[in-house]
Amino acid sequence: MSKDSSPQQSNFVTNFSRHRLSWLDVLPFALIAGLFFVAGSYLPLITQIMIMSVFALSLDLILGYAGVETLGHAALFGAGAYGAGIFALRASPDPMLGLVVAGLAGTTVAAITGPVVLRARGITLVMLTLAVATMLLELANSVQWLTGGADGLYGFQPSPLFGKFPFELDGRTAYWYAAMVLLIVFVVCKVVVNSPFGLTIRGIRENRVRMRLLGVPVLRRLVTMYIISGFLAGVAGGLSAQITQLVALDSFSFVLSGNVLIMLVLGGAGSLNGAFLGAALFVAVSDRAAAVSPFHWLFALGIGLILVVRYAPSGLVRLLAPHGSR
Amino acid sequence: MPQEPLLRLDDVSKNFGALNVSRNVSLTLDKGARQALIGPNGAGKTTLINLISGVLHPTSGRIHMSAVDVTRVSAEERVRLGLVRTFQINSLFPKLTVAENVALGVSAHARADWRPWGEMCRQAGILEATETILVSTGLAPYAGVEVAKLAYGQQRLVEIALALALKPKILLLDEPAAGLSGAEREALLALLFKLPQSLAVLIIEHDMSLVFRLAQKITVLVEGTILVEGTVDEVRNNPQVRDVYLGHRAHG
Repeated sequence: MSKDSSPQQSNFVTNFSRHRLSWLDVLPFALIAGLFFVAGSYLPLITQIMIMSVFALSLDLILGYAGVETLGHAALFGAGAYGAGIFALRASPDPMLGLVVAGLAGTTVAAITGPVVLRARGITLVMLTLAVATMLLELANSVQWLTGGADGLYGFQPSPLFGKFPFELDGRTAYWYAAMVLLIVFVVCKVVVNSPFGLTIRGIRENRVRMRLLGVPVLRRLVTMYIISGFLAGVAGGLSAQITQLVALDSFSFVLSGNVLIMLVLGGAGSLNGAFLGAALFVAVSDRAAAVSPFHWLFALGIGLILVVRYAPSGLVRLLAPHGSR
Repeated sequence: MPQEPLLRLDDVSKNFGALNVSRNVSLTLDKGARQALIGPNGAGKTTLINLISGVLHPTSGRIHMSAVDVTRVSAEERVRLGLVRTFQINSLFPKLTVAENVALGVSAHARADWRPWGEMCRQAGILEATETILVSTGLAPYAGVEVAKLAYGQQRLVEIALALALKPKILLLDEPAAGLSGAEREALLALLFKLPQSLAVLIIEHDMSLVFRLAQKITVLVEGTILVEGTVDEVRNNPQVRDVYLGHRAHG
């Protein structure tokens, strides 16, 4: 509680739904810390989950909170991945700097496409987001001198983290690096969601027309959220590029956009916590299931998704904490 | 020189193709006015509210707010100038709580709605203003309830509370009592009587007993144009108005 609020006021505050610090926020990071010592050869898989969690969090801001149904979120991820890769190859191998460049690349794509895409709604919006990602994929495919085209972009390696911890094959540095970035991104998301802007964005999700008639410039607010989301998605892409030391064309692919959407829906959109659960389930299950039955795992995923949408339509995380924030 | 009226319509007309839904409407609204707009169904009352609030733009004529010509100004900008309306059909934020609904208006008015940092729950000014409005509208006990879960009558009150959150100079009420029970209507009326004196109110309402109790001046709209304008008694005793409301309107 802030020092200047009277008891009555702090009571009034409970009428606002708010993302409070709960065990659900702490759990993923406790698990990340604990699993480090027992995961062994699974470290890279957990790192992958963390990267996808960052990506799913960025989608949650624009989809879960702002209600923008995008099927082209990979456009922002891919921009970040290529941004980080090209920056590492041509400018500097510094990982932190590279991540900022990746975020800015995602932001740039969001700032350019947002004002056009976010004007639309429903199926038009879905098609436009899809088109942006597809166009970027084709662009990356055609400017081979810069992106490596269909072969992908490789041959770069991040310099040691903080000048001390080299990225080695065992993936320990990458693990802690991803965990640190995930924590920062999560805190940023929490701050944004709990702010006056966060409430405005939920208002826009609920009733865009009325928001306009409260005197709020709706499109500008949506573009702002898209830019924030774009920065974080770009960071996820940059993280992926630096850790796998490869950027492939499928960073822009429809499959990736679809996968991150499935992760968020599985875990629960509009809660922040759902992103972790969804990413963990999706990446872990797809890894295991693909090892057991490479051809049928998509079938299992489909059944799982149908069950979730039917019996837990607001996501699995709501089963753990039914009264979580909206 | 007399003060400019808060709102002035000069010869405002709106055509949809060959259909004239508003014809040469002129009216003024002064500070503190309590004016009602009545008329049979299809008289163009809601069209007129849409023209005033900027949802529609007139085919001809001018609209002024104080000395400012707002004829071509957007609806959002008119809100910022102090012209606020409520809606005939509830148009709220169903999954947000009552307090959050009103806080949206308060933070928009305070121009805090863009700020992506600083917890909402620490914005003492916004919280205080929100609570004050909820108390004055009798909604405080429901502050934490999702709007979708409220009774219809209470949702109507939230609609008005949300409008008041924008600190209007001119308030347009579009059938605020529609669908309310007797007790709910009394609660609404009590709230309307408590509105700040400086506020200019233009109310569209079918409920004549409510109009007669609240309004100082009544404008009767028929077929898109003003038939009569006057005090409650003048309108009540006007034979033309009686004809319109009894259904045998004499043509010509």
